[in-house]
Order: sequence, then structure tokens, then C-alpha cells
Amino acid sequence: MKLASVPAAVPIALTQCAKTFRGTRVLEPLDLHIGAGETLVLLGPSGCGKTTTLRMIAGLETPDAGGRIAFGADDVTALPIEKRQVGMVFQSYALFPNLTVRGNIGYGLKIRRVPAETVRQRVDELLGMMRLTAHADKPIDQLSGGQRQRVALARALAVQPRVLLLDEPLTALDARLRDALRSQMNTLLRELGITTVYVTHDQAEAMELGDRIVVMSAGRIEQIGSPREIYYRPANRTVAQFVGTINRLAGERRDGMLTTTGGAVPLPAGSTHASPAHEIFFRPEDAYLADPAHAQLRGHIESTAFLGERTRLTVGGAAPDALLIDVAGRVELARGTPVGISIAQDALIALS
Amino acid sequence: MNSITASLQPAAKPRPRLRLPGARTWLAAGQWFVTLLLCAFLIVPVVMSIMAGLTVNYFKGVSSGLTLRWLAEVWTQYHGSVFLSLEVAAATLVVTLLTGVPAGYVLARSKTRLSRIIEEFLVLPIALPGLASALALLVVYGGFTVFRMSVAFIVVGHVVFTLPFMVRAVAAVCASSDLRTLEEGAASLGASFLQRFVTIVLPNARPGIVAGALAVLTLSIGEFNLTWMLHTPDTKTLPVGLADTYASLRIEIGSAYTILFFIMTMPLLVAMQWLGVDATGQRSAAKKRVTASSSKSPQP
Repeated sequence: MKLASVPAAVPIALTQCAKTFRGTRVLEPLDLHIGAGETLVLLGPSGCGKTTTLRMIAGLETPDAGGRIAFGADDVTALPIEKRQVGMVFQSYALFPNLTVRGNIGYGLKIRRVPAETVRQRVDELLGMMRLTAHADKPIDQLSGGQRQRVALARALAVQPRVLLLDEPLTALDARLRDALRSQMNTLLRELGITTVYVTHDQAEAMELGDRIVVMSAGRIEQIGSPREIYYRPANRTVAQFVGTINRLAGERRDGMLTTTGGAVPLPAGSTHASPAHEIFFRPEDAYLADPAHAQLRGHIESTAFLGERTRLTVGGAAPDALLIDVAGRVELARGTPVGISIAQDALIALS
Repeated sequence: MNSITASLQPAAKPRPRLRLPGARTWLAAGQWFVTLLLCAFLIVPVVMSIMAGLTVNYFKGVSSGLTLRWLAEVWTQYHGSVFLSLEVAAATLVVTLLTGVPAGYVLARSKTRLSRIIEEFLVLPIALPGLASALALLVVYGGFTVFRMSVAFIVVGHVVFTLPFMVRAVAAVCASSDLRTLEEGAASLGASFLQRFVTIVLPNARPGIVAGALAVLTLSIGEFNLTWMLHTPDTKTLPVGLADTYASLRIEIGSAYTILFFIMTMPLLVAMQWLGVDATGQRSAAKKRVTASSSKSPQP
């Protein structure tokens, strides 16, 4: 499974990289440092600038004047993509329909005038690694989606890139295949140890694959952090709402408690704010059903959604906004049932 | 006559099962009738023309007998035009390939206003009568006698007229976002512009190039307006010769000439149709192969 002579991983540094398309700023100046061998995921809704950022690292777009991109000690800002020695997997894979699987994987090596025998060996090695040996001489249009994705990855790795860039590589696949390939991709990226930038709008992909996640929205970075940091300590509402589901408790602060429609919740220590109006957030899985007499909040079931391993309850009357609470899958509650809710103290999230 | 009976038969057949043919049957019969009538309207003159070229005496009709005499006569008199036309078409094709393919690619890639203007100018020779383009060429280059007397002059005219067809066909393929992404893919693997153009753009733009090439050949062989203005007695192409025969010889010879023309252009038209289907059908053909191979080895 190991590839021969994997080049040493290089760090990537973006300094004040902005991008303007026809007078419209699509990316605010951003600074980003990606460690050698790290897998960094750019996560955000479409149009947030994540793909533009990736294309700037690839060399398919140039940053506005003043922006600088460096791979290790090399300033690559002025280099076009073909000189940057990157491996790129496109969302549509961009496999060459005029070549076979073998031709596609060996393309980059042939372009570099690597001797034919070496090309053959290296392609064979990659075919084996990606479990494509049986399909080596097929044209691209005879492959399934998952096979195409593996060809695209093999083709990008064949040239021993300094940096691996993946633009939504799993988006074109159906859900079940996506889940399977996601964990394979995870294993592969850990094994390769190559500096990787991975663009996705799928938070599950981001969580599983990213050493760090960069959450972007509207052309700027909202937060950079490990998957756990992003999930449990979101920097702001945009991040909290984009990553996972979050509930809002709005009310008034009194004596270290937040009093809202259906009861009161003790506030975490150290949260000092001048105004009495206050709000606090929590994840659906951090609340639990409790005896209404002793629960922090009281409400009633508005609707339930059975999702298999869990049931998601929509509880009304407990707070100004309906609350989503996850309970075990086997819990069955009728509409209108009065319920009590308590929230783990350390799970409350304060957002500015 | 044939068509009418043929179209009525299906309407009559279902009678044992249905007492009266339904409205849909009548509608279908009506559609067939109109379609066949229109086809006949267009095809009958063609057939008549071909027949005229094969009858001994057109005014007496087919009863005077069929002959290949006229065809032979046309061949001895005008075979030079046939070869000249083929040469002109080939030369035109070479020039349009060498200029039109890169031009189509660049125009498809470039988003500047200038390229849009150039695109419009390229189409002008189609919009203008060929006579006008020819006159312009004569006014400017007519003085260069050697050039003006040579076949090259006609080739230039044909290139002016056919280039937009090549450029358009190539530009349409190159403008697809697919091809653009393929190029980016090749670039990411280290291919320089020239390497990308040769290994990725040209092979994947082939349907457009082939379509353009066939259009250029057919148009060049059939071009009359412009050629008629530009030709000299030594550079008489096939259509110009056709006009000659119509104007000065018996109708049987003119018609025999038409047959000759048919023989030359029909294969091109058929090839165009065939490849035109193939340009999109390439995938359907490939899909057939997929199903064939997947039946042998189930794909994960």
C-alpha cells in the first residue's frame, strides 16, 4: 500500500490573499497557514469563497495584488498551476475521456517525460493501491462513479505532488458510497502524510477528514479550529448554525440564571454582560428529558421525527424558539405531551 | 399515389377489433399524408432532374429510352472541373483547419468585447451575398494578375465564406465547461499550454472539428455565387460548369451534370449525417459497450 519515495510534506502559507471578480470582492483578504502534512478542510456554503481559495492555492486563480502564496520556502504566487507541482481532484474529476484509466493515471508522468518503463511501474502501483487493476485498460466512460473518483485521486498522486488539493471530491457520489469512500479517503490521507486542502460543504466530511477545519462564509474566514473546537466552541452564530444543529434560549438574566418562557437555566460562571437581555445556545444531543416537576424547562411535544438511532423531538413552549432535542430512538411521545427538559451545564454555548 | 394507399392501410387494418378507426388513427394518417406530400414536393423535382439526365430525349420522355451518353459527354467535357473542385475544397479545408481551429478555440476562451466583435465580423460573409464578398476581393486583389488568375484566388474566396462554419463548430465544442475543466486537469498535472492543446483539446474537440470540416467541404464544392465572380476560364469549378451547361447546352446534358454533382456531394452529406449522429452518439455507442461489458463482469 505504501508509495515509493513520498516527497517531504511542505507547509502552505497564504498571506493577504483576496480575490475580486469583475469588481465584486468574492474573497476578503485572508491569511492562512497550513502545516506540513496537515489535512485542512475548507467548509462553507456555496459561494463562501472556499473553492476560490483552493483555486488560488492550485494556481488556477491569481490573488489580487498584494496577496502572496508560498509552498514552504518557495513563493509560488506567480507560478501557473502547471509549474506548482500540485495534485488536484476536481469535483467533476475532469478525467480525460480520450484516454484509458492507465492513460489518465500516467498522463502527468508522460508529460514530464518519465521513461515509459517507470511510468508503467508507477501506474501499476497506483492501480493496485486504488484497486483499479482490473479496469486499467477501460475507457473512462465505462467506470462507475466510485471508480472514477479513485482514478482521479490516483492521477493526482501519480506525479508525487507537493500538495494535494481536493475540490468536493465526494459530492458527485450517492450517499452510501460517499460514506464508504470518506473513511477510505481518511485512511489514505493519514497514510500519505501529504499536505492536503479539502473543500466541502458537507460537515460530516469536514469532521471526519480535517485535522483542522476552516469555516468560511461570504468570502471570509469565520473560524479555524479542530473539528471538536468548531463543534463545541463555535466562534459565532454563523459557525454554530452551519456546523450541526443548535438551539437558542432567549430570555432575561437574573441572579446567574437565564429566565425564559418555560423556566430558567443556570448560566455558566463568568458570563458577565451588562444588558439583562441574554441568549444562550445548546446542541440537541446535550439536553435530556426530565420529570417536569424538577426540570429546568417545561414545554410540550410539537412534533417528533424518528431517525432510527435517535428520535428528534421538537419542543414548543419552553423557549421563544422551538427547541430540537435528540433522545434515544425507542422513545415514543405523542404530540402535545408535556415534557421537562434539562441541559448539561457544561454544554451551554455562549455566542456573541 | 403510393403514399396515400400506404397511409390508409394502417387505418383500415384495426377494423376487426374496433368498429370505427379512432380519432388518433385518423390524426396519424393525416400526419403521414402531409409529411409524405411535402417529401414528394421536394423529392420529385430531384428525381425528374436525374431522369432527364438519363433519357435519350427529354421532350419525348422516358419512352425515348435511357442512356448514359449524356453522362459520358459531361465527364469528357468537364472532368477538369471535378478535379479542380476537389482540389479547391481540399485546399480550403487545409486553410480553414489551420486557422479556424485555433481561432475557434481562442474565441471560445476569450471573454473580451473584441473577441465578440471578431465573431460577428466572421459571420458577415455568410450574411452578405457572395457576390459582394467576391467584388471586395476583386477590387483589392484583382490587380495582382498572377494571383487573380490562379486557383488560389478561388481558394481565398472559399476560405472567407467557409471559415465561419469551422470557427463556429470548433468554438461550440471548446466553450463547453467540460473541456475547460479537462484543460485545468491537464494543467494541474504539469502540461504546458501546447501539450494541453495537442493531447487534450484537439482529441476532445474532434466532433466539432469533424463537423466543421464536412461543412467546409460540402460548402466549398457547392459554392457558386462567389466562385462565379472570381473564376477565370481556367479556374472553372463544378457549380460554375453546371451554370455553363444549363446556359448553353441541352437540358439532358445539364441534368447529367446534376447527376455528377450528386455523386460527388452525396457521400459527403451522408458522412455528415452519419458523423453528426456520431458526435453525440459517441457516448451512446460507448454506453452500449458498457452494458455489453457489464453483463460479462458485474461492476461494483
